Amino acid sequence: MRSIPASTVYEQVREMIVRVSRCLPGDVVQALKTARDMEDLDTAKEILGQLLENAELAKEGDLPLCQDTGIAVFFVEMGEACQLEGGSLKETLTRAMVDAYEQGFLRKSLCHPLSRKNTGDNSPAFIHTDLVPGDSLKIAFMAKGGGSENMSRCTMLTPAQGWQGIKDFVLDRVAESGPNPCPPTIIGVGIGGSFDQAPQLAKKALLRPLDVSHPDPEIAALEEELLQAINELGIGPMGLGGRTTSLGVRISMAPCHIASLPLAVNVQCHSSRHEEVRL
Amino acid sequence: MKTHSLTTPLSDEDVQALRTGDVVLLSGRLYTARDAAHKRIVEALDRGEEPPFPLEGAVIYYVGPTPAPPGRPIGAAGPTTSYRMDAFAPRLYQLGVKATIGKGRRNPEVKEALRAFGGVYLGATGGAGALLAQRIVQAKVIAHEDLGPEAIRALEVKDFPTVVVNDAHGGELYVTPTRVASGK
Repeated sequence: MRSIPASTVYEQVREMIVRVSRCLPGDVVQALKTARDMEDLDTAKEILGQLLENAELAKEGDLPLCQDTGIAVFFVEMGEACQLEGGSLKETLTRAMVDAYEQGFLRKSLCHPLSRKNTGDNSPAFIHTDLVPGDSLKIAFMAKGGGSENMSRCTMLTPAQGWQGIKDFVLDRVAESGPNPCPPTIIGVGIGGSFDQAPQLAKKALLRPLDVSHPDPEIAALEEELLQAINELGIGPMGLGGRTTSLGVRISMAPCHIASLPLAVNVQCHSSRHEEVRL
Repeated sequence: MKTHSLTTPLSDEDVQALRTGDVVLLSGRLYTARDAAHKRIVEALDRGEEPPFPLEGAVIYYVGPTPAPPGRPIGAAGPTTSYRMDAFAPRLYQLGVKATIGKGRRNPEVKEALRAFGGVYLGATGGAGALLAQRIVQAKVIAHEDLGPEAIRALEVKDFPTVVVNDAHGGELYVTPTRVASGK
């Protein structure tokens, strides 16, 4: 059994969270640049240019990219042959997150659902843990904004609806969301699993960089088909028209019950902030 | 499409001259309010109390900024999605608010209020929180400090960049997606 000090996890995760809030991932920056070059409309070019300038300013000026520094989502893959020494995983990740949000001047965005009283420290974190073979620990962190989360939906299709039903639901969702989730967006699509698993598939799918194709060529083709259909909607950057409504579609699938076709769409704004550490 | 440099508070003439698609560079004072603050403003009005800032000519910015790092007046400060404030906006326009700043679509009631009471809805670029913060020179909490990021702040701004999404004459800037809902 391999032991990993909780203090090492704490330090690396805390630093990662502050970095994530300020540094737009390279694949997103590249996608925004490509989109800007492809747009014909001046307003679309202007908006995409502002987003690139914002990314530069945030990195150099030590300011968050966006005032919505998000809910703290972790996807952990923990080797069955490793253990944390000197603290539990949940407590360590939570402490690293709370300290990062305080010390990094990030916004605390969580509150009681009815009284709306702020929890004061951005807790709780949303931690998904998978046990995997091996002795390594992989911790992916995502700062997920509320505006795009609000445009996300989950549904239970019938098996007969199939791919066409999935496509209709995703396109309806993007069309109805219009300018609200800060396009250009990235669309996470969870297909299959169960009522609770589909949204997790959709969210975790958003971790795959925009320049990495789906390993299954058939699913990669479905992603391309959906992306093209989405961009034909003409919503464009900030909903002001243009070719770029989404930068990418990320699909993740899992087997489901013979009676069901669970489907979840997790909308991600252009400020797609995530990173991972491996220990 | 014109560019207007306006100073708050806004007058009826300022608002009537604006058309959907125009750029507006705002200087002067903006008041911040989002979900929880709107609820409190309206509850105070219901009790017959004074609102926490003068509504006549006011510009409300839908934002919950990040905390100010040392040496800066404010942290990242871009717009939040506006439809959540639709339930409150017509009443505030009726009481003299001239403009709100946010991102995303407004409902028909808000657009009707813009026409009836002479107001505009301005869009700022969503997710450009670091960029927009450069135009904010001062920030001060003036009410409901307990709401943290949702507290009401007075912001002093210089040439804060916005675009007219909905004007007082029925204009709409957001494009209509080329799709009819599948109805499924």
